[in-house]
Amino acid sequence: MTMSDFPPGLVLILGAFLLPVVARNIRSMLILGLPLLTLGLIWSVPDGSFAILPFLDYQLVFVRSDLLSRLFATVFSIMTFAGGLYALKQKRLLELVAVYVYAGSAVGVVFAGDMISLFIFWEIMALASTVVLLSADGSFSYRVSMRYFLVHALGGVLLMVGILAHIHESGSTAFTAMQPDSFGTILILAGFLINAAAPPLSAWLSDAYPEASYTGTVFLSAFTTKAAVYALLRGFPGAEILIFIGIFMIFYGIIYALLENDMRRILAYSIVNQVGFMVTGIGIGTEMAQNGVAAHAFTHIIYKALLLMSAGSVLYMTGKRKCTDLGGLFQSMPITTACGIIGALSISSFPLTSGFISKSMISQSAADESLIIVWFMLLAASAGVFLHAGIKFPWFVFFQKDSGLRPPDPPWNMKLAMILFAGLCIGLGIWPEYLYNLLPHPVAYEPYTVPHVVNMLQLLMFSGFAFFLLLPLMRRTLTISLDFDWLYRRVLPKALHRVFSLIWTTDRNLRQGFTVRLDRGLAFLSRRHEGVSGLLSRTYPVGSMVMWVSVILAAYLFLSFITH
Amino acid sequence: MIEDDPEKVGRSDVMGGDKEKHWLVRPETVRWLWRGGLVMLASLVLADLFVHAHPYFKIDGTFGFYSWYGLLVCAAMVIFAKALGIFLKRKDTYYDDE
Repeated sequence: MTMSDFPPGLVLILGAFLLPVVARNIRSMLILGLPLLTLGLIWSVPDGSFAILPFLDYQLVFVRSDLLSRLFATVFSIMTFAGGLYALKQKRLLELVAVYVYAGSAVGVVFAGDMISLFIFWEIMALASTVVLLSADGSFSYRVSMRYFLVHALGGVLLMVGILAHIHESGSTAFTAMQPDSFGTILILAGFLINAAAPPLSAWLSDAYPEASYTGTVFLSAFTTKAAVYALLRGFPGAEILIFIGIFMIFYGIIYALLENDMRRILAYSIVNQVGFMVTGIGIGTEMAQNGVAAHAFTHIIYKALLLMSAGSVLYMTGKRKCTDLGGLFQSMPITTACGIIGALSISSFPLTSGFISKSMISQSAADESLIIVWFMLLAASAGVFLHAGIKFPWFVFFQKDSGLRPPDPPWNMKLAMILFAGLCIGLGIWPEYLYNLLPHPVAYEPYTVPHVVNMLQLLMFSGFAFFLLLPLMRRTLTISLDFDWLYRRVLPKALHRVFSLIWTTDRNLRQGFTVRLDRGLAFLSRRHEGVSGLLSRTYPVGSMVMWVSVILAAYLFLSFITH
Repeated sequence: MIEDDPEKVGRSDVMGGDKEKHWLVRPETVRWLWRGGLVMLASLVLADLFVHAHPYFKIDGTFGFYSWYGLLVCAAMVIFAKALGIFLKRKDTYYDDE
């Protein structure tokens, strides 16, 4: 067995269980060291398939190393490192263990070379992320995590049935590009899409993620949806339906984020929005689009984690999460504010930030394919991202009215993690070639042309102008907005309650009616036949009883003769 | 989570008077920010006179396209969200009885 035969994801999964048993300073070393070890292992594996185990009639390929899997595994381990640094003082060990198993299984998913090992890591990911939610100490965490788990269990069942059907149809377990044109592949696509927070089950994300702890949400934002993006990119590039699904997700995310008051739920909706860009790109499916999706997943993980780190810092220092309670924090939290703004500019794909060099490749691919409506929608969506995440989040959290809160910046480890990721956002924006070299296809794209920069600035600045012009329309209210989860949290329980109470009342009425009639019948019989000479109190001679018994026996005898 | 710890969550007791306010939120600074912003917007639109883009389709090569498109779609999204909010918004204690 060589080094390549050790799946890199296992470093984090196995290492996670050491965290609760070692001393505190060793734990800190492990938290920071395990992701770096994983990263080293990822880059030491040459291209090809390794860690192959026979399983029944098939082979499990735990390590399939190529540009795409290496790119996703790299950003997953960078994310785990920075997230670990951010969570270094997290006292809930259960959450830390769950988070590292979760991160390791996400690395496992992107290295899985066959459907069965993909499914194994996929399900570990679902379980571990549920534990991350469960370990938050909110009063809702149990119910939230169970709702989350049920949706992912459904996704897992769809995926499993799909994989089995696909293996039966094609005779192969290999995980390669497919078209959603058979029972098996359609179910696999559905299973992937549920994890990508695609409609109609998109609400699980905005329902669950904001309820995790200040560190938990940072990790949750990175892995599940991006592992799904990886799986879609590997499995269904060019599947046209994904364009429609992606566009829907983009605008769904913007509209709901505009309505939202909870700062981390705003960012949760914006994850759906950003994944929508990636799903659209996968639907376009050209080499340029695939590069754009891979690059955007990479930059998105970093700036979204940065945004949620800054929101997490606010939550940690103030205990507040609603925009209506926040504001004016820039005065006492300068580093958190600056990092939050850098994250916000990156998600809005501002020039010189990471979003600029990745998202524009997806738009470019739509233009190259002459998808005129898609291109105009992506452009509108870029403006909308600046509106709902680029300005709305920093404005309502750090500026707007003065809430009177004057919390200082968070502890050093949280600041350092934010500064690291803010630096990466800007570094990738200035030197995109380092990321472009890691992409699955050769890149012939130059993001920094004068017209592109000017046009993007025009679009974004006028979106910002629209925000401040329409600010009175966006006054924060103490509200939530009904989403798809309303159907399974309100409508379905109420409907079931109605149906069951109907069944119960009908059943009770029927049984009551029957007992009443039976009583009446018995009373009638006894009234009619009571008395000394009545039918019920009459005496019968023994002889007649014997006679009837022998008649019955004779009948039996006769019947047994004629049946033989 | 630290809640209402007086050490961490210092409340500014003196709220009155512009002199007490952070320089960034004083009305005069805000006025200058608006002026500067409007000048920047105008110069960005005028930049179209000098920048010769290679439009992908026809309309995106016309003068000021990105400016009015950004403004218009954002206004449309805000108004659409506002309208949708009438039907979808509920008090944030809506699910608390679960």
